[in-house]
Amino acid sequence: MNPDIYVVIEHLRRQISDISYVMLAAARAMANVTGGQVIALLLGHDVEPLASDLAADQVLYIEHPAFADFSSDAYQRTLETVIKERSPRAVLFGDTTIGGDVAAWLSTRLGLPLVSACRTVRAEGAALKFVSQICGGKLLAEGDLPAPSALVMMVPGGYKPEQGHAAQSPELVRLDAPTLDDLHVSVKEYIEPAVGDVDIAREPILVSIGRGIQNQDNIELAEELARALGGVVCASRPVIDQGWLAPTRLVGKSGKAVKPKLYFALGISGAPEHTEAIGDSELIIAVNTDTSAPIFDLAKFGASIDMLDLLPVLTEKVQQAKG
Amino acid sequence: MNLVVPIKMVPDLVEELVIDASGTKLDPEALRLKLNEFDDHAIEQAILLKEKGTGTVTVVAPDIEGIDEVLFTAAAKGADRLVKLTGNWQRGVNNHALARVFANFIKTLRPELILTGVQAHNDLDGAVGPQLAEHLGLPYVGYVSGVIVCDGSVQIRKEFPGGLIAEMQVMLPAVLGIQAAEKPPRYVPISKIRATMKSTNLEKFPAMELETAGAPLSVRLFQPQASTRATMIEGDADTVATRLVEILKEHGVL
Ligand SMILES: Cc1cc2nc3c(=O)[nH]c(=O)nc-3n(C[C@H](O)[C@H](O)[C@H](O)COP(=O)(O)OP(=O)(O)OC[C@H]3O[C@@H](n4cnc5c(N)ncnc54)[C@H](O)[C@@H]3O)c2cc1C
Ligand SMILES: Nc1ncnc2c1ncn2[C@@H]1O[C@H](COP(=O)(O)O)[C@@H](O)[C@H]1O
Repeated sequence: MNPDIYVVIEHLRRQISDISYVMLAAARAMANVTGGQVIALLLGHDVEPLASDLAADQVLYIEHPAFADFSSDAYQRTLETVIKERSPRAVLFGDTTIGGDVAAWLSTRLGLPLVSACRTVRAEGAALKFVSQICGGKLLAEGDLPAPSALVMMVPGGYKPEQGHAAQSPELVRLDAPTLDDLHVSVKEYIEPAVGDVDIAREPILVSIGRGIQNQDNIELAEELARALGGVVCASRPVIDQGWLAPTRLVGKSGKAVKPKLYFALGISGAPEHTEAIGDSELIIAVNTDTSAPIFDLAKFGASIDMLDLLPVLTEKVQQAKG
Repeated sequence: MNLVVPIKMVPDLVEELVIDASGTKLDPEALRLKLNEFDDHAIEQAILLKEKGTGTVTVVAPDIEGIDEVLFTAAAKGADRLVKLTGNWQRGVNNHALARVFANFIKTLRPELILTGVQAHNDLDGAVGPQLAEHLGLPYVGYVSGVIVCDGSVQIRKEFPGGLIAEMQVMLPAVLGIQAAEKPPRYVPISKIRATMKSTNLEKFPAMELETAGAPLSVRLFQPQASTRATMIEGDADTVATRLVEILKEHGVL
């Protein structure tokens, strides 16, 4: 059995994503149990310098023009060959827009078991146990990481990305890519994120609304509170997908990470895709009718009442307090 | 254009989630299921494409409790064919087994495009979409929030973090994992769903034997125990608002 832990490094437009460092930290913890090495797999075009701060024992760099952008097809074909040849104890992917397009495909293709939404992997004797976060953060699932070889899709939160950075460049080995012509998936162009009137990543006071706001007319109630507090309104994904606020106001995995003085979460359940982006807030206050909503695990203060009842009253009291 | 949308039901998170005595699954007695939100977006996206061109939308799902209403709702929105896969679903099913069952049925339809939700909140062994794509030998792209049909391919919008979007070309036939439809899923009145129940046929197709390999085995479920939990403010809106103003002052926000 190959005791090594492989990490598929995620990067886009010459920048390595934080999840890659999280995975390297996880891989180190796992390799300490298996006695193997941490091997980073870097698929790219002209991105060799990106390898320099990866906390891995070895970086396998696979260079090909097809990797200039992310193509699921090119990644699938290449990783299929590498994983099949080496059968490592585990291969880590991000549970992300990149890993999500390849890990489950490879699981089926190679007949290897797959664990997704994985937050941590810990040792129990010589065995590895995974813990995954499911059902919007309301449940954890724990089990043995299938042996001898398994694929894992990791979410952030279990390891600090700083632990995945190395001061010294790791050993770099070049591998040849398989033939990659006739790709079925290719990038034509990028559409840059819209630049809005405000940058929520820099705002000190955020009034954030979720599906609990119920309809578009109620948005004004949140706007009024934000105005009274001298802050701005932002939202969870369902509110943005309804078109009730501009995409620039989206907080979370597919939107922006925020770090305000005050994050006021109203009618937001606290799904992992949302909470991964609010952890750096100084003060989180949550209002949610469901006392078991995971958002209360992150908030310092909470209230379990109807946000629509609270909003007008609170706005008035804030206005009074400000004089 | 032949469009197929495989869907699945997931626990409704509005309800309390009760773990059964075995500790390995949710108590079916206390469980309320609803359509996976992203599958709802996949249905909407399929119907939007049908409305822009020609073609048929087939929605396919495991035959479990509550599915009839979900399927009739899809038909009321514009889906043409509704298919229930009958089988031994009582003990639950993982996505590896589900993808095999879907593939076994969908290959008989030879669709140009398969749209499914990018993921579901209870996925523990990866999403259905990319597995289905592998079984059918088709390309897969997920996190999709826009689709335009071209000749022999689709142009799609794939989401990356921070609001970055990649415009991509995917050769047909293909499987897409839908994150969000171009428009939010439409609302259909109950009366229209009732009318559809009378006019639309629910087809049944026997699912193949469930083959669960590929997912983790013997999983223990538990509720997270947060190391810290919010200090809860009790009382009516007025009391809570008064206390919140104090807290905001104490923290220098006001
Ligand atoms: C790939 C991917 C990326 C994603 N990216 C993001 C992202 O960037 N950002 C994001 O937010 N989500 C993202 N999501 C979605 C995420 O999984 C959740 O679905 C979403 O965060 C839920 O939003 P919500 O909390 O507003 O809604 P829900 O989970 O539906 O919660 C609504 C809450 O409001 C409460 N409520 C209802 N009525 C009231 C009331 N009157 N007063 C007070 N409380 C009330 C309910 O108790 C409930 O807890 C992503 C999902 C996927 C699959
Ligand atoms: N190139 C594209 N690829 C995929 N979807 C697109 C593309 N262009 C536009 N769309 C979608 O089609 C809808 C109408 O777009 P437009 O006509 O540009 O307003 C929008 O909701 C977009 O999400």
